[in-house]
Amino acid sequence: MYRQGKYEIIKKRAKICTGFDLKIFDFTVRCPEIAVLAKPGQFVQIAAEGFFLRRPISICDIDAVNGTIRLVFEVRGKGTLKLSELNEGDFIDIIAPLGNGFTFLPDKKAVCIGGGIGTPPMLSIARLYGENAKVISGFRSEPFSILQEDFKAAGCQTILCTDDGTAGVHGFVTAPLEQMLKTEGVDIIYACGPMPMLKGIAELARKYGVRSELSLEQRMACGVGACLVCACKTVKNGEQILSHVCKDGPVFDGEEVDFS
Amino acid sequence: MSKRLCVNICGVEFKNPVIPASGTYGYGREYECLYELSRLGGISVKGTTLNPRQGNPAPRVAETPCGMLNSVGLQNGGVHRFLDYELPNLLKKDTRIIANIAGATVEECAEIASLLNPSEVDMIELNISCPNVKQGGAAFGTSCKIAGEVTAAVKKELPCKPLMVKLSPNVTDITEIARSVEAAGADAVSLINTILGMRIDIKTKRPVLKNNVGGLSGPAVFPVALRMVWQTANAVKVPVVGMGGISTWEDAVEMMMAGAAAVQVGAAIFADPYAPIKIIDGLEKYCEDNKIDNISQIVGSVEPW
Repeated sequence: MYRQGKYEIIKKRAKICTGFDLKIFDFTVRCPEIAVLAKPGQFVQIAAEGFFLRRPISICDIDAVNGTIRLVFEVRGKGTLKLSELNEGDFIDIIAPLGNGFTFLPDKKAVCIGGGIGTPPMLSIARLYGENAKVISGFRSEPFSILQEDFKAAGCQTILCTDDGTAGVHGFVTAPLEQMLKTEGVDIIYACGPMPMLKGIAELARKYGVRSELSLEQRMACGVGACLVCACKTVKNGEQILSHVCKDGPVFDGEEVDFS
Repeated sequence: MSKRLCVNICGVEFKNPVIPASGTYGYGREYECLYELSRLGGISVKGTTLNPRQGNPAPRVAETPCGMLNSVGLQNGGVHRFLDYELPNLLKKDTRIIANIAGATVEECAEIASLLNPSEVDMIELNISCPNVKQGGAAFGTSCKIAGEVTAAVKKELPCKPLMVKLSPNVTDITEIARSVEAAGADAVSLINTILGMRIDIKTKRPVLKNNVGGLSGPAVFPVALRMVWQTANAVKVPVVGMGGISTWEDAVEMMMAGAAAVQVGAAIFADPYAPIKIIDGLEKYCEDNKIDNISQIVGSVEPW
């Protein structure tokens, strides 16, 4: 079940570091009929004026009571640049919520892992767990780090990692994850980020026998499962099959993702 | 809705001339939560092969100015899954169902046809124009001789169903192919399938599509499609169903004036899932405003210079 319409941007924030050519935007959009349907891990398809295909962007946060969703995205190309030029009061054409979200396990302990711009979808699922969630975020360098205060405000314990050691733990997210898996009871791992990171997480999840759910990316057209362009390799019942990120995902069980 | 938009193609009555195109609408399931499928004139469903087919590796899509390239490669669950799982659901939707045959060999196309013949689909579309597969597809649709042979072989298996053959634009003269399939027994032709294209990522020096090349669709191809529909409508006696880049009701009117008895809408649905509905509503108002009793009256009404 999804909806399509034009919805107002009621809040816009930006994080721009010209030295790193980094532009991250944070939109809050008033869309009550979408907010009431949306689940953590789902995504939206946004129309960018002058571009034929919509841009898939993960839902960062959901406020069903106030009828808003939050979208945090990085300018990666001309389409996202066009989107970033929109301002508070402007309306954007959205199809959402799309795809399958994360599975929430009440009263269980979760680790939520975001790599770079894969961090935003972790906020809405981590919020459901509150103090039962630990959030590990990995970024290239300190200026790239986002959402750490939001995770803390949601009651989660946060661990920040940077590739260059400019903040938090020096190194990849997999080191603190393995430490947790060795010493604490973890019921489920959620992750979104680059494929090498997801591969490392899936391997650790298997090694320690913990369930994992991974959010994947692929170039898309329709976003709803009709056009079949966003194929990804998965394994089901020992058989390799091509699934589709938009409809079968973007969230897949870590055991189903074929990293070969 | 009035009867103004009602059209008849090879004896099959469509409540309006707007049909989502094969490969862009799945089997309709993904759009039912937005509007009733009964609003549509018909649905041309995803191309079917005899056995399930995985399609090409990703990336399968690249954006282009005013359009897109795709290289899906006919991923589908095979004809038995269509007949057993998809068709029973579609038959409840009160719209015309066009099954689409996309076999790799003449024999495979004929076998699929023989399985579809006793089913309750309203019409068969034979795809001899997919640019994304190595066998069949465009290999059928770019030779008059083979296009005629596959059409005849499929028609032989379809005593009960009208056969529409979907033509490739990747040819020197589309009217020759159209005449060939008409002579071989096609009851209608549909055109155009996508135009073969390519994009390169200049950072990696790699084609954006893993298949290197793919089919161009979207508003970018509309003028090419319109020209080919006009030429074809003047070259054959059978009905022509026009498609290629239609995204507004005005495009649909142009296509019908060029000679299309009905239109299919494809890539526009990706940009706006309501596109077919907006086109239907636009055509209804166009008829009302221009006091046209039936939309068929505008078919082929262009007055060339």
